[in-house]
Amino acid sequence: MSLRVSPWRALAPWLISLLVLLVIPMLVSGNGTFSIINLIAINIVFALSYNMLLGQGGMLSFGHAVFFGLGAYGAIHGMNLIGDAGYDGQGFWAHFPVYLLPLVGFATGALAALLVGWPFCRRAGTAFAMITLGLGELVAAGSQMFPTVFGGEAGVFSNRMVGPVWFGLELAQPADVYWFSAFWVLLAVFAMWAFTRTPLGRLSNAVRDNAERLQFIGYPPRNLRFLVFIAAGGFAGLGGGMAAVNYEIVTPESLGLLTSGLALLMAAVGGLGVFYGPIVGAILVTVMNSLLSDYTDASILYVGLVFLAVVMFAPSGLGGGIEQVRQAWRRGDLAAHLPGWLGGALAVVLIALGLVGTIELVYQLSHGRDKLAQVLGLQPDPSSPLVWLGVVALFAAGFGVARASKNYREARS
Amino acid sequence: MSHALVIDDLKKSFGPAEVIRGVNLRVEKGEVHAVIGPNGAGKSTFFNLVSGAFAPTSGEVRLHGQRIDGLAPEKIQQRGLARSFQVSNVFGNLSVFENLRCACFKQSAAGYTFWRPAGSVKRANRRAEEVLAMIGLAELRDSPAGALPYASQRALEIGMTIAGEADVVLLDEPTAGMSNTETTQAIELIRQVAEGRTLMIVEHDMGVVFELADRISVLVYGEIIATGTPEAIRNDPRVKEAYLGEEAA
Repeated sequence: MSLRVSPWRALAPWLISLLVLLVIPMLVSGNGTFSIINLIAINIVFALSYNMLLGQGGMLSFGHAVFFGLGAYGAIHGMNLIGDAGYDGQGFWAHFPVYLLPLVGFATGALAALLVGWPFCRRAGTAFAMITLGLGELVAAGSQMFPTVFGGEAGVFSNRMVGPVWFGLELAQPADVYWFSAFWVLLAVFAMWAFTRTPLGRLSNAVRDNAERLQFIGYPPRNLRFLVFIAAGGFAGLGGGMAAVNYEIVTPESLGLLTSGLALLMAAVGGLGVFYGPIVGAILVTVMNSLLSDYTDASILYVGLVFLAVVMFAPSGLGGGIEQVRQAWRRGDLAAHLPGWLGGALAVVLIALGLVGTIELVYQLSHGRDKLAQVLGLQPDPSSPLVWLGVVALFAAGFGVARASKNYREARS
Repeated sequence: MSHALVIDDLKKSFGPAEVIRGVNLRVEKGEVHAVIGPNGAGKSTFFNLVSGAFAPTSGEVRLHGQRIDGLAPEKIQQRGLARSFQVSNVFGNLSVFENLRCACFKQSAAGYTFWRPAGSVKRANRRAEEVLAMIGLAELRDSPAGALPYASQRALEIGMTIAGEADVVLLDEPTAGMSNTETTQAIELIRQVAEGRTLMIVEHDMGVVFELADRISVLVYGEIIATGTPEAIRNDPRVKEAYLGEEAA
């Protein structure tokens, strides 16, 4: 039976992930690198929790950051309670290690979703998207009215070097926080993966595909959406809790539309239809966001272009692309498909180079030389027609290859 | 009580238009009851009222003696009445097997559970395998339902309808759009479905109707003008005038 995968096959991705997480600290050093890796871990949890809603439940949310942010606030207040309880060593919080604060984040996020979600879940589609957009703006704006809870513009600070320490797991340097992040990201990813395999997870796919039919097999769509909404809120809150421990500060920005947009961006770039898609998206987008600004002032524009390119040319995302290749490999006809796909990839690279060239030239005309040109040691002269001709040649070559590989693919299929 | 379904003076209006104008119908336990009628007679609306997709304007529907009119579709399904759709209405991205298994969760009381894998819900898995074999789609078990050929999708549609162990099943034009061979296979499948169940079926293909039905009701302009055995219906002058005559002409 095809569903009976050998246990080693099923276990392999987890063992590999564990291995990667164990090996990373041997390969990298420096607080900056660990900071980026910790942020990747947070964003993986956030993006996957978002995909519980959109990819698996068919609910397009523009307010998912509310649960991320509230989870972060819950955790940072927990951290302050641990710190306060440390003076007399009495009570619940005196025995609560900072390591477990993501659980507080989970509880806060899930509780918030439980409290507000029921009216939202009556419909999916545009109505749901608009209501969550409203919720996001409402909570972000409302947070300014309660400075004792949300800390006003500056946010809430804390200190993670408090409370009991278990097994010598201190949280001083970003390298220490790495183990904290690795533990929680692995646990959360596994939990969210396991969720997709449960009856509720499967029915959440069913409500996405066809809410009407679901009623006639005995389930009100609203109940299912609501349960998925709570679970997604909880996991977003868990990510928020990780962020609170990582940064020791939570600001109202974490509740707002930009943060919600980041979740959508990461999930869509990585691919909504594949479980690991948002993981790929979170890694790529976080790395781009963190590193690109070191090299170019137009970094946000580049992230936007990647998003555009994925939505237009690879709507199933990077994960969808990987899955396509994997399935062709399993069917054994990868060799037949590969030239067409590589051609497509080459076309994307050529057109991207052309675009980067255009952007950098325009940038140079309007702002002076961008960092990227300096890093690459290039000194293009925008007044020279030869440079522009080069850019046009890149575009032309890109479109030519795109055309040819499309013909190839169509001839094959 | 030997009636599976008792429908009394059922009415439905959409604004000023009265589509179902007082339907009275008794469906006996274990029979195959066909509802026929010309286009626009209100057959689909009638099914939608009985299965809960619409709430009736007035009148009563009783399933095994219990009122079900005005209940939500999922409540009606839980009481043992399931329906299929005229246009295939499956979970397109889920596999054939997953479609069937999802349709079994309710009766296994497993739908809202998130603490165990779907594969461990024995009853739902066993039932889904049974239905998969019965509808003859074992070969296509892992294909996404949305990519199935038309006739297979219709078979899956029927499979999902009966997977939940309902004892009263409504089939809405199960053979619409099928070729002759496909129709023959579908009739065979419906015969199997009818075993131990009460069936109400809307169908345009008179061949199918006369082959399968124990009794036939004729719905014209929102009213049932005749109910009886296929023989009686074939010879009923009112039916001939309103419906069959129209086709013969």
